[in-house]
Amino acid sequence: MTDYNFAYLDEQTKRMIRRAILKGLAIPGYQVPFASREMPMPYGWGTGGVQVSAAVLTPDDTFKVIDQGADDTTNAVSIRRFFQKTAGVKVTEATEEASVIQTRHRIPEQDLRDDQILVYQVPIPEPLRFLEPSEVETRKMHALEEYGLMHVKLYEDISQHGAIATAYAYPVKVEGRYVMDPSPIPKFDNPKLEMAGIQLFGAGREQRIYAIPPYTQVVSLDFDDYPFEASKADHACDLCGAEDSYLDELIVDDEGGRMFMCSDTDYCAGRRKQGHVGAQGVPYAEDAA
Amino acid sequence: MYVAVKGGERAIDNAHAWLAEERRGDSSVEELSVAQIREQLKLAVNRVMAEGSLYDPDLAALAIKQSRGDLIEAIFLIRAYRTTLPRFGGSNPIDTEDMVCDRRVSATFKDAPGGQVLGPTFDYTHRLLDFKLAADGELGKCPKAESSDAATPHIMSFLDREDLIQSEPTGPETPDDLTRTPLELPASRALRLQSLTRGDEGFILGMAYSTQRGYARNHAFVAELRIGTVAVEMDIPELGFAIDIGELTVTECETVNQFQGSKTQPPQFTRGYGLVFGMTERKAISMALVDRALRWKELGEDNVGAPAQDEEFVLYHSDNIQATGFLEHIKLPHYVDFQSELELIRKLRREAQSTLQEAAE
Repeated sequence: MTDYNFAYLDEQTKRMIRRAILKGLAIPGYQVPFASREMPMPYGWGTGGVQVSAAVLTPDDTFKVIDQGADDTTNAVSIRRFFQKTAGVKVTEATEEASVIQTRHRIPEQDLRDDQILVYQVPIPEPLRFLEPSEVETRKMHALEEYGLMHVKLYEDISQHGAIATAYAYPVKVEGRYVMDPSPIPKFDNPKLEMAGIQLFGAGREQRIYAIPPYTQVVSLDFDDYPFEASKADHACDLCGAEDSYLDELIVDDEGGRMFMCSDTDYCAGRRKQGHVGAQGVPYAEDAA
Repeated sequence: MYVAVKGGERAIDNAHAWLAEERRGDSSVEELSVAQIREQLKLAVNRVMAEGSLYDPDLAALAIKQSRGDLIEAIFLIRAYRTTLPRFGGSNPIDTEDMVCDRRVSATFKDAPGGQVLGPTFDYTHRLLDFKLAADGELGKCPKAESSDAATPHIMSFLDREDLIQSEPTGPETPDDLTRTPLELPASRALRLQSLTRGDEGFILGMAYSTQRGYARNHAFVAELRIGTVAVEMDIPELGFAIDIGELTVTECETVNQFQGSKTQPPQFTRGYGLVFGMTERKAISMALVDRALRWKELGEDNVGAPAQDEEFVLYHSDNIQATGFLEHIKLPHYVDFQSELELIRKLRREAQSTLQEAAE
């Protein structure tokens, strides 16, 4: 495809996005407005992540895309193909081999290194949005570090349900300053937000970019007597036997029978390659796809 | 053993192939050409150009063909194409005073220089299905008038002469470009107008209608509605003067609204403004009404809390490409998030049930 620039966006636009990324890295957790472009995929389908990836990709990069932890979900396939076509970069499903990973809703199980970039697709970047619909108001609240409303919400959860009733997109505080939406990752992934890799968050429709630099303090909001708890299904993966990975629940028959398997397909395949076999798994064979 | 479905790639390819076949429909029916769409579905083409923010009837027609007539999908195609285009520079502002009008009506004066020209309007057609059209497309004769060189001054200029209409403050030389800078609030009027002109016709219409029904009512008279072609001029630095680079068809609507005044200021009419690519008069009138409603602050009116007065509400929700994308994304997989909710609700129910049980014992 020669009609478009490397990685689709023109260089001017990439420069604009890189400036926003740098500003985001300089002010961890702060939402930087940027002039989001219309992309050839719909808003809400990862246009923010795609623009951030386009701005950071170089021809030498190896690119991985996951959606719900999996490389083979349709939208992940579509975005991976987009960059294969427009940037001609190498692509991989192996977390280990990727230099740039675009994700929707998950952080890979395997720890990232400091030479890797994790790009998140973000639907609603504003953690206060469902408490206060007005952007004018929420920007003011961030500027004044006025997060009382959020704590009241968490408190009300506890008084109504006996626990904080947020299971994903669980709010965090970055470097003791900005309250940030980690995108709709399950709260199981929250502890992994403190990592060696660079984390970039792109919200295309909402025109915001934010970032967490490597080794930045990221604290999930909680109370002393109701501490944050990362949770997952109380099972092991039925394919690879992993007990430490986030699991998808599948309905396998019309009697409501369930099966659990790793949401991170690369992690699961890697373990099966190493010889781990779960309760319903079979020994790994070179692709049964 | 159950293995979750793999093979997203093949599924996508096959879906695309099926889509292409469906788009074509029954192949024993003649294929629609882009030129036919451009000429015979002109109002659809106009809407796609207006909301796609790109004036190119051929591309808009192609987009309509490709999208199987789904206009929002067609607008999306045009928007995505538009962002890839290089920018050579900006044209001079178009001068609608010099418009060659196909249609020009005023609801405020029975006659005015330039006259009332109905043009090709549906207005006084009886909405009866024309079964003859299903049989053949034979045209009757359309009488032609000599074109006139007489000027068609804006109706507003007559009110302006008497100082009856509030004058507009001149803004900065080049206003911000909504497609190049992120929308931040409060937005300037120029940005609001840019947002309205590319906003969804249905949304803007609904907002405008709500003002007519009393949510921030400010009775609007259509001082003038004009549709026609205007020249686009651009300054060429090497030449030192402006040259014509093309021609646009646009629809312009100016409304006269009720007056404001104070102890120090005698009352004056206020105005709302709409300008949209192509022959798109429903949109242009709607735009003028919504523009007027959004001006409450600068005109010193009360905010009555009506949706059409809330610029954040209107501007953030008028774009159908943003709206449709976000709306439709909920069909993408969310099983990771749903899984975390499942665990949470099971846990909460377990705890609640044990508490209830304890209470019962």
